[in-house]
Amino acid sequence: MPGAKEIRTKISSIKSTQKITKAMEMVAASKMRRAQDRMRAARPYAEKIRKVIGHIRQANPDYRHPFLVEREVKSVGIIVVSSDRGLCGSLNVNVFKQTLASVRGWQQKGVEVHLCLIGSKSMQFFRRLKLPVEASVAHLGDKPHVADLIGTVQAMLTLYREGKIDRLSLVSSEFINTMSQKPEERVVLPAETVDASELQERWDYIYEPSAADLLDGYMMRYVESQVYQAVVENLACEMAARMVAMKSATDNAGKLIDELQLIYNKARQAAITKEISEIVGGAAAV
Amino acid sequence: MANTIHVDIVSAEGEIHSGDAEMVFVPASQGEIGIAPRHAPLLTTLKPGEVRVKPAGGGEELWFWIGGGALEIQPHLVTVLADTAARARDLDEAAALAAKQRAEEALRDRTGAMEVAEAQAELARAAAQLKAIEKIRKLKRG
Repeated sequence: MPGAKEIRTKISSIKSTQKITKAMEMVAASKMRRAQDRMRAARPYAEKIRKVIGHIRQANPDYRHPFLVEREVKSVGIIVVSSDRGLCGSLNVNVFKQTLASVRGWQQKGVEVHLCLIGSKSMQFFRRLKLPVEASVAHLGDKPHVADLIGTVQAMLTLYREGKIDRLSLVSSEFINTMSQKPEERVVLPAETVDASELQERWDYIYEPSAADLLDGYMMRYVESQVYQAVVENLACEMAARMVAMKSATDNAGKLIDELQLIYNKARQAAITKEISEIVGGAAAV
Repeated sequence: MANTIHVDIVSAEGEIHSGDAEMVFVPASQGEIGIAPRHAPLLTTLKPGEVRVKPAGGGEELWFWIGGGALEIQPHLVTVLADTAARARDLDEAAALAAKQRAEEALRDRTGAMEVAEAQAELARAAAQLKAIEKIRKLKRG
């Protein structure tokens, strides 16, 4: 049986760990609320631009933008969205698993894979794999801005434009609710078709100044908004996952303390009993 | 519906305005345009400037300042996609280059990041050990 003092120090060290995890839980909870608000705020733009792209696909321009045309897939680009920090359960690992599964799938078909990494966790993870990383960005903080993502997205779009990738997808966590987040892969380019039954006749836009320039700008904004949406959603997921992970850590620490307290009490009792029996024994000997 | 047009003004970081209007004025790249209901479908980009909305059923004209963006017009719908970031072609290219460089540096610079990664791996191992100890203890008791 270990000494009483040893157990006491252990209990106090677990107690201080518990304080930290408790604090992290509360911080994550309040950050999650703000992240969720941001996620909600970003949604209208993403929806609107998706609708506009849907309209554009319905129109009949003379000029076909390359981002809207399906090509034979010889190499693909994958944008991986992860968090910057750990201690958030299996959130990042799930995203990486999903990415790896999709990478393996493509490689089996003899398709090249290019990566674009967002968040330092993915940079750490994919460093070990010998895959070409075309762009990366990390440390976006609690308030990611679209401006921070432009360069990263632009790098991938350039590859697509030059024909070095024929398909661009995005792997990130989907926020279902506080308790569950699910990794998800979405195809960004070529842009999906949206059914807009209200606009059936043959028609076209007036383009000012020219269709090529305009559609370029639209497509860029479309991809950026998709990536931005994924980043803010991932942030909300990260905070939710951290909150849950820290809550269970706090609970576990509590259980551990209870157990150790019991052992400590026993040890203390044993020491007292021993002392008494020694005294009694001593007295009897006299 | 007949004499009004629905206006949505959104930026990537939030919704700015949504509602019906009698008339909308926007700073298009080729000059300011006024949009009345049943305008022909049009796509254009916007310059930094103000968007003015005359709300349906009278009322005061609403002003929104935007830092550029994109515009779509459908006969019954105006969508203003406002940019939150200042942009220009060369600026975007410079940002793209920086992103590429970051990726390369992250792969080259092993020392700093590796130490962090190792420390994290260490931490994960310690946590796993703790968990195992706890499990064993439970088994012993049960």
